[in-house]
Amino acid sequence: MARIELNSITKAWGDVVAVEPTDLTIDDGEFVAILGPSGCGKSTTLFMLAGIYAPTGGEMTFDGHLVNEVEAKDRNVGIVFQSYALYPHMTVRDNIGFPLKFKDMPKDRAAALVEETARLVQVEELLDRRPSQLSGGQQQRVALARALVKTPQLLLLDEPLSNLDATLRLSMRTEIRALQQRTAITTILVTHDQIEATTMADRIICMSKGRVEQIGTPEDLYRRPDSLFVAAFIGAPPINLLPGRAAGGGLTVGQTRLALTGEAAGQTEGDAVLGLRPEHLIFAESGIPGRIDGIEPMGREVLYRIDTPLGELRVLEGSAVPSHGVGAAVHLRFSADDSLVFDAASERRIAEVCAHAPAGHDSMEQRQHA
Amino acid sequence: MASFAPASGFAASQRARQTANFVLFLGPALVLLALFFVLPVIVDITIAFTDMGQTLRVSEFTTKNFERMLGGDRRLSAALGLTLIYVFCTLAVFNVTFGLVLALTTTAIPDRVGSFFRAVWLLPRMSPSVVYALLWAWVVDPTERGLLNQFINGAFGFEVYDMMNDHPLMLIVLANGFIGASMGMIIFTSAIRSIPEHLFYAARADGAGGLHIVWHVILPAIRWPLSFITVYQTLSLLVSFEYIWLITNGGPFFDTTVYALYVYQRAFENGQYAYGAALALVLVVIGIAAALLMWRFMDMKRLLQQPRIEVQ
Repeated sequence: MARIELNSITKAWGDVVAVEPTDLTIDDGEFVAILGPSGCGKSTTLFMLAGIYAPTGGEMTFDGHLVNEVEAKDRNVGIVFQSYALYPHMTVRDNIGFPLKFKDMPKDRAAALVEETARLVQVEELLDRRPSQLSGGQQQRVALARALVKTPQLLLLDEPLSNLDATLRLSMRTEIRALQQRTAITTILVTHDQIEATTMADRIICMSKGRVEQIGTPEDLYRRPDSLFVAAFIGAPPINLLPGRAAGGGLTVGQTRLALTGEAAGQTEGDAVLGLRPEHLIFAESGIPGRIDGIEPMGREVLYRIDTPLGELRVLEGSAVPSHGVGAAVHLRFSADDSLVFDAASERRIAEVCAHAPAGHDSMEQRQHA
Repeated sequence: MASFAPASGFAASQRARQTANFVLFLGPALVLLALFFVLPVIVDITIAFTDMGQTLRVSEFTTKNFERMLGGDRRLSAALGLTLIYVFCTLAVFNVTFGLVLALTTTAIPDRVGSFFRAVWLLPRMSPSVVYALLWAWVVDPTERGLLNQFINGAFGFEVYDMMNDHPLMLIVLANGFIGASMGMIIFTSAIRSIPEHLFYAARADGAGGLHIVWHVILPAIRWPLSFITVYQTLSLLVSFEYIWLITNGGPFFDTTVYALYVYQRAFENGQYAYGAALALVLVVIGIAAALLMWRFMDMKRLLQQPRIEVQ
């Protein structure tokens, strides 16, 4: 249980920079997810925390102690791998007890601890089996028990759920989260699955190409993404991104003009991108005209693909039954409050759109230039 | 019944095909086995019961070769004992242990350096055995010109050391071991490489140090290659004598005459073909017995069962 600090930590292999200088602070007992597509440096960061990779530069502290030079075996870090990495020739009991071999601990105390940890992850019935005789979910639990048995100060989970089937993944998600809250061990989860990150973690660190894009709560990342990357990566179905032009305190997308507010609004000139979540587009009497191209019922919601002058838009309607058919002509509106505007060059979010529009929230500053 | 005719025709063609497959797939191996193992053993057994000598003429079938082996050959037990010590020492010190050490060290260091050192250790195998033997003759040369004596005598001022006369058994163990270890090295290296990397990471995070990892992760994972190398190298050390023959020629006196070399000397240097054949027969029996014993004790049968690879 430790507070983790990374100070411009970086990792490079020769000329290839896997992790750009990164600053992070993870509080004691926090559950943090590092989220990003494959190759974004998330696993590298995790392996640096575990002591498996040595950072190329920067400082890493656990509870204020510099650990850069501390070997993996002396860091007291538990880690669960995607492949589980159980020792194939050992029984479950020996696998879980393996980390205790290297601690000064009486044998009976170690045996009791193994039993106790096995109960915690519900594998106490399987203690005498070998990993090859276990299902994926059971192996996953054993790997978790092995990581937890020595009460690590930091628990690292490297895509622990991606080898499980969908149902099991759902229940393991809840279980791991509950386990973490019970043990209060500082935990870092590495995943490419946004649902895993948003459902399990207190905070999410979103990475791309070796850089931290944004750190925040799941809600922050969804509602106030700092960059185009975060906006596009988080959210399913994905956000609609429409190219436009910002000038004179406004944004023009196709025929639609929006007023921009905020400090940066006045200075923003040039190409911009408007981001609209599918659920923020609603059918209306007037607005952006379009024709329904396709319908995908998703259970609780229906996803429409709508061909508009701005391009194809994804629209999510909160009903089990589609209210429109394929080919129907529709109009779409959206609240300016919900729209996100990004600078096309820097890909950063530049301004609030009418967050405090003079005419009030209901007024949509949309004018059709017919 | 006529309606079944096509079916039985099909069955017949199936059978023909099975026969063809049998011949195609097993045939070549069976032919080689017959030509180079079964046939020589039969010839050997036949000659062992004759009085064939230098003239290659057989005048009678007799058991006197075996009587001589059991009673009259004083060298025989000495050669057998020497072979036992030689095979055991070479195997225990070099072919298995040192091969394993080489594999462990060359996989632990950066890849390029590791490959370089493995290539160096393989060099003697690529050079003609005569060259290798000559190098050893130079290394242990009992004058101050010998490589070893350049250190012992030249650099440290000790007396000139004559390994060939003082410790001949050590010499043949060293000479065979240094070349033999590379086989184990190659097999163990590939076995170590096939261990999933995450197992090493997990072990390190679990608190295991370098030697713990060797003991708890690597050795269990390369159990089968270890058994294989032990069995294979035992057999090959039992029957091969080329380096001994080239370096010491069994001497001084009979101090390095291992069994296989003794057989060779009797048969081809003394021209006692029939006696040599009878002696060789013992070697075949010892080899088969050793193989079966190790097969039994090392549970090699499991090695030939279904693949034990875990699919991740």
